[in-house]
Amino acid sequence: MTTSPAYDLECINLSKNFGPVRAVDDVSFTIPSGSFFSILGPSGCGKTTLMRMIAGFEDPASGDIRIKGKSVIDKAPNKRNVKMVFQHLALFPMMNVYENIAYGLKCNGASKAEIEARVRDVLDRIALPDVAEREIHQLSGGQKQRIAIARCMVLDPDVLLLDEPLGALDLKLREAMKIELKLLQHQFNTTFVYITHDQSEALVMSDHVAIMNQGKFEQIGTPQELYHAPNTSFVAGFVGDSNRWSGRMTVINGDTATVETDAGLTLLCSPAGSIRPEAGQSVEIFVRPEFIHAHRQDTSPAEDEPAPVNQLDGKVDSLLFNGANSRVLVRSSSGQLIEADVTLTGGTDDLRPGEAVRLVWSPQQTMCFRT
Amino acid sequence: MRLKATLATLLAATILSTASMAQAETLRLLTWGSYAPDELVKKFEAENPDIKVEVTFSNNEEMIAKLRATGGAGFDLAQPSHDRIYAAQLEYDIYKALDLSKINTDAMEKSLLDGVKANTTIDGGVYAVPHQWGTSGLMADKSKAPDLKSWSDLCDPKYKGKTSMRLKRTILLGTAFAMGHDPFAAYSDLDKYQSILDEVVDKLIVCKDNIKAYWKGGDDLSAMMLSGEIVGSETWDSTAYKLYAENPNIVFVPPTTGALAWIDTFAIPRKGKADDAAYKWINFVLQPENVTIMSGSTGAIAAVKGGLDLLPADKKAAVNASFTPADIDNLKFFANIPPGVEDMEGKALEKIKASTGG
Amino acid sequence: MQKDVKRLSLILLFTPFALWILLLIIIPHMGMVVLSLREKVAPRVYEYGLGNYIDFINEPIYWNTLLRTGSMSLLVTVLALLIGFPIAYYIAKIAGNRTRGALFLLCLVPLWVSDLIRAFGWILLLRETGVISSVLQWSGLVHEPIEFLYNDVTVIIGLVYTVILFMIVPLVSTLDGMDNAMIEAGYNLGGSGPTVLRRIIIPYAMPGIVSGCIVVFMLTAGSYLTPILLGGKNSSWFTEQIYDQFITRFNWESGAAFGFLLLVFTSFVVWLGLKITGQTLANTVARS
Repeated sequence: MTTSPAYDLECINLSKNFGPVRAVDDVSFTIPSGSFFSILGPSGCGKTTLMRMIAGFEDPASGDIRIKGKSVIDKAPNKRNVKMVFQHLALFPMMNVYENIAYGLKCNGASKAEIEARVRDVLDRIALPDVAEREIHQLSGGQKQRIAIARCMVLDPDVLLLDEPLGALDLKLREAMKIELKLLQHQFNTTFVYITHDQSEALVMSDHVAIMNQGKFEQIGTPQELYHAPNTSFVAGFVGDSNRWSGRMTVINGDTATVETDAGLTLLCSPAGSIRPEAGQSVEIFVRPEFIHAHRQDTSPAEDEPAPVNQLDGKVDSLLFNGANSRVLVRSSSGQLIEADVTLTGGTDDLRPGEAVRLVWSPQQTMCFRT
Repeated sequence: MRLKATLATLLAATILSTASMAQAETLRLLTWGSYAPDELVKKFEAENPDIKVEVTFSNNEEMIAKLRATGGAGFDLAQPSHDRIYAAQLEYDIYKALDLSKINTDAMEKSLLDGVKANTTIDGGVYAVPHQWGTSGLMADKSKAPDLKSWSDLCDPKYKGKTSMRLKRTILLGTAFAMGHDPFAAYSDLDKYQSILDEVVDKLIVCKDNIKAYWKGGDDLSAMMLSGEIVGSETWDSTAYKLYAENPNIVFVPPTTGALAWIDTFAIPRKGKADDAAYKWINFVLQPENVTIMSGSTGAIAAVKGGLDLLPADKKAAVNASFTPADIDNLKFFANIPPGVEDMEGKALEKIKASTGG
Repeated sequence: MQKDVKRLSLILLFTPFALWILLLIIIPHMGMVVLSLREKVAPRVYEYGLGNYIDFINEPIYWNTLLRTGSMSLLVTVLALLIGFPIAYYIAKIAGNRTRGALFLLCLVPLWVSDLIRAFGWILLLRETGVISSVLQWSGLVHEPIEFLYNDVTVIIGLVYTVILFMIVPLVSTLDGMDNAMIEAGYNLGGSGPTVLRRIIIPYAMPGIVSGCIVVFMLTAGSYLTPILLGGKNSSWFTEQIYDQFITRFNWESGAAFGFLLLVFTSFVVWLGLKITGQTLANTVARS
């Protein structure tokens, strides 16, 4: 084990152009062995191209890809020990489950007995021991998902690539598969590289997430880092929900700064991002709904609120009930809609539409980025 | 009231117009390609404004097949060759006897008329009268094959790979004559005819090697001949005349045993619906000035008195370059095909085609 | 009420199809079978019997021609598949969207011209004094004119050319329905090019391959003009035999028997092909 390199997958300065479009722009990253790594970005950000380069279906314009420390740039796709679960799974409809899983082993020239043993083993591990003789169209969506993973895992890949494989599932199944994928990854202890545009998939399952935008990685970090300490305004906006304003920074004083929004509001905030904004620059301000407290204006807030705070008065526009994640939409005097988390107990204490409320949040939870 | 009157007028007008349309007769002509030149059709329609001519081009076999399929309906006038009427009429009853009083038989060459009458009289009814005649024989490029004179010369190794023929009954008959038999005489004794056919088949199978290809129609024969790919072939005289106009070295050669002569006739299908129009057409094309137009189109000689002289000048030159009066005397007119012979000949042709010995 | 309406519309929709099948397929064929069972004993006198079929069996020329037609049609089918598959694959999987349309159109172009004209086109190219022979002589590669026409090879080339479109169309449509990811998955899981072709692309395209082969085989075995015009002195084709029986020899009874035999023979070959490839007709028709 001492000889094995620390990283299962390394990408070094990868670039790829499609005509004038730079689909992947100088991307570098490393993935430690046995981790669940997600690449999260809006559609068209280049994440699929990046994955296809790793799998060998696209040739990078420049840069290097190393698997277990060895460059695979000159290897054909079928010679790379990187397996891929396709978006629509690409199970072979003319083969049954057993043949689908055995296909890769046969290509590797495994003996009949070995194939038999390994297919049975992998089917046990994905907890579907009895489906070997079924045809693909007889499987449920979740079963297909697991067979697609088993088909790759039976080959002991160094890296498993997953290209938004949950996209086609209905919501309930998708939630269940998120957890199952994470468990499978633990069980196989193989590096998973998961591509998605769905942040909840990425945040729930991943050890590390890379946020990709316009061919570049904006930030790589743990889900918590990305959520609480985004490096750029794009990450702040893309990961999780935020209320956002744009404005200009007027005064900076250590960790706290004063900004004036375009609507004329004055807010206190903490400068954030890898390049901190300076006084006089235009900024974007993000506040997550869970950090905003909404009070009725007639009830005086608890006096232990730390000062200084940001305050904003408005009227409840509507209530968005979603159990523990319920929110209130407040229309400020300037007309902007602001979301804040609230607890709706169903009692008489709950906010009602039309009520005047005061929104309060702390400057520490108010991130402002240079634009 | 007024509405009623208008309707009545309209109705009357409709009835009148359909009635007048019904009066216009259609003459449905089933004939050979080039046997109904546009010029003549237009002229005929101008002279007979109440008759419209519809032409279907065909050949002997298809004419019989078409009429057989309908029991003689669908056409008002057909033009089969004189030897293909008797048996077809006996077997399939597809024609009706002609009313000779309605045909200007005086204009016809008497020997041809008598010959056709003799061939096509059943139970006293005459079923056809002659229209045009021509011959099947040989065609040669004089500059390359000056000695090609007999049917059997097509199989002369001298011309190996440079001759052609059509794999139909003409070549069977021609070869039989060249071998010294008289196949027409043997029609009355089918066993004898079969033995002649067997000899002919053997000869033509051996000959296969000598043949470049069997031609299928005038077009491919012309192309092979004009390009020089072949120097001699069995041919219809009209095809040879056409090539003579393009290359005077290519002439029709009446074989030494006699060119095989056919007469295309007029016969009226049993369920024809425009007999009067049919008779009008027959008499129309027998008029001398129309004969020249017709012969110019078909390349065949009209069966009217002095038909040879009514040929257009270029065709006349071609005929004169090919035939001497002795050749004309030596013509062998196709004899009536008795029932059963078509099957025997068909089998013979199949044997030749399927044989790989050559 | 609703049910009645549904049933009525079903009947209305189904009627033209049923009429078409009945009037143009079933009745003529039944007529043909009845005709084929008539024997001519004398002019205008017929008897029912198997004489026409017995004649066929007793005459080696006939069944040899049928076997020859069958085997050459099979060869044409195989060649059309071998040539058509890469073309179809290129059109369906490799060509861009615009080139695809253009290529498809190019494949269709020969169909705009009649059989006869196409055959004459080949004749112009291949004859002794034709284009190819002339070019070869001009380039100095050969010194004498070469005759390419009038042999079985020419017939096969001409037939493949005529029917290949009917192979390409079903192949393109099945291959088009194949997710590219399926091929990539084949490579990704370790398959080499030939493995992916053999284990994934071909099995996937099987319904298209089979339906293309059926159509091509039927068209070839039933073709008339091409083998007649391009064929050599020895190259008889069974349809020519049927034509001769019907037209030249006025032997409709025997012609009908031959026609029925051709139908039985080709159906048998198709059945055998389906059995061997393990496809069913329904599966083939539905998928391609």
